[in-house]
Amino acid sequence: MIVLPETVDEVVVKLLRLANTRLSHDIGWALEAAAGWETNDIAYSQLGSIMDNVKKAEFLGRPMCQDTGIPVFYVSGSFDSSISEKITEGVRRATKEIPLRPNAVDPITRENSGDNLGEGMPIIHYRPTDDEFIEITVLPKGAGSENMTKLAMLNPSEGIEGVKRFVIDSVLDAGGRPCPPTIVGVGIGGLSDTCVEMAKEALTVPLDVRNPDPVLDKLEEELFIALNSSGLGPMGLGGSSTVLGVRIKKAFCHTASLPVAVNIGCWATRRATARIMPNGTVEYIQGGE
Amino acid sequence: MMVFLETPLDEKTVRSLKVGDVVYINGPVMTGRDEVHIRALKNIDEGKENPECLRNAVLYHCGPIISGTEGSYEVVAAGPTTSARMNSLESRMIEEFGIRAIIGKGGMSKDVGETMKRCGCVYLAATGGAAVTLAEGLARIEGVEWLDLGMPEAIWKFRTSRLGPLIVAMDCNGNSLYEQVKENLKR
Ligand code: SF4
Repeated sequence: MIVLPETVDEVVVKLLRLANTRLSHDIGWALEAAAGWETNDIAYSQLGSIMDNVKKAEFLGRPMCQDTGIPVFYVSGSFDSSISEKITEGVRRATKEIPLRPNAVDPITRENSGDNLGEGMPIIHYRPTDDEFIEITVLPKGAGSENMTKLAMLNPSEGIEGVKRFVIDSVLDAGGRPCPPTIVGVGIGGLSDTCVEMAKEALTVPLDVRNPDPVLDKLEEELFIALNSSGLGPMGLGGSSTVLGVRIKKAFCHTASLPVAVNIGCWATRRATARIMPNGTVEYIQGGE
Repeated sequence: MMVFLETPLDEKTVRSLKVGDVVYINGPVMTGRDEVHIRALKNIDEGKENPECLRNAVLYHCGPIISGTEGSYEVVAAGPTTSARMNSLESRMIEEFGIRAIIGKGGMSKDVGETMKRCGCVYLAATGGAAVTLAEGLARIEGVEWLDLGMPEAIWKFRTSRLGPLIVAMDCNGNSLYEQVKENLKR
């Protein structure tokens, strides 16, 4: 979808609307595939309500989940420092116009700012590149899945088996709380902070794109099979559709470390990307094409 | 088994429900999450009044998105929130207010399950994130209490119409679907 010139704050409002009201195609397909292999009645009923809900949300233009989350932005390409102000304005407007649930509170007083803004908000990751366009991806993160985030600083001797064990335990211990079937974002390596960041950013990678790293690709598949054989099922009520996908990112780490992080995305992993061209036209993208 | 329930619920009806039953609800349902639990119990400790609507209520762990203003409130999206956050406060809520059913996601602790068994209360699992479908079932808003807690934390008084499907996930016999699934997990 290409749209004529818009200001960045308008683009942000549109991105948040798109992400919240329309599930990415790749996740929709993954849900249908899961319903196809599910044999447990209760699990099937849960997948049915999810898919029914996705259709109604898109049709009515309403957020598919009431927890519209805390939006995380990834900005790349050519931009200047004014972009942060524009994104902030976009969040303020989107909260009112869509509407989004005001979720941002002061961590000490628990006072709600009412507009999803406040100290440290919105969260924006900047990656300047030499491209002529600006690409903005939004990933609104709900608390149900975000609260299940785990980081382990494993001993290097625990190796890949230790990594698998940790990912499987993290997903199964989370049970029904992050609204399975989930997408499991995994970070391997880096330092503690970058490891968690990778696990989260992994959730922005569409499910219908293979991991370019053959080792990670194989690991994703192994974890996918192990988790879907666990019996946890949708909402933790039993069944064989526990995860819709596993996405892994890695980075080099210290020779004495093996950090692993798990950041879970619920079935409602909302994401959308906008590419703003130098002439001002905008292309909106959801999922791999 | 598929069951249609009219709220408020009596103890006998609640005790007849079994884990795995699929339930739809008609009638009053109140939302209440973290802050409602904290304030309601604090009010009791301090000898202050609580809203009458909590008595024998069906309590929905939900922080909805509501549009409009007083008199014209409309529910936009209203799925369940994670019930485990209320674990430490729920037993007392059930005892003090005679809560007959809790709607939420992810289930609650064994302690809460024990209280449910003793007092006659069930846990109904709503599909997490199915906020638009569930909002349809919530139908009408009859009022709101404690709006000063913020939109997600207030008590929204809903008049539901075929709210569901809800799965009986913890019943009055001490059975929990979550525990059953957990015991059989293949790691
Ligand atoms: S975990 Fe996701 S789907 Fe579930 S309530 Fe939270 S945001 Fe919604």
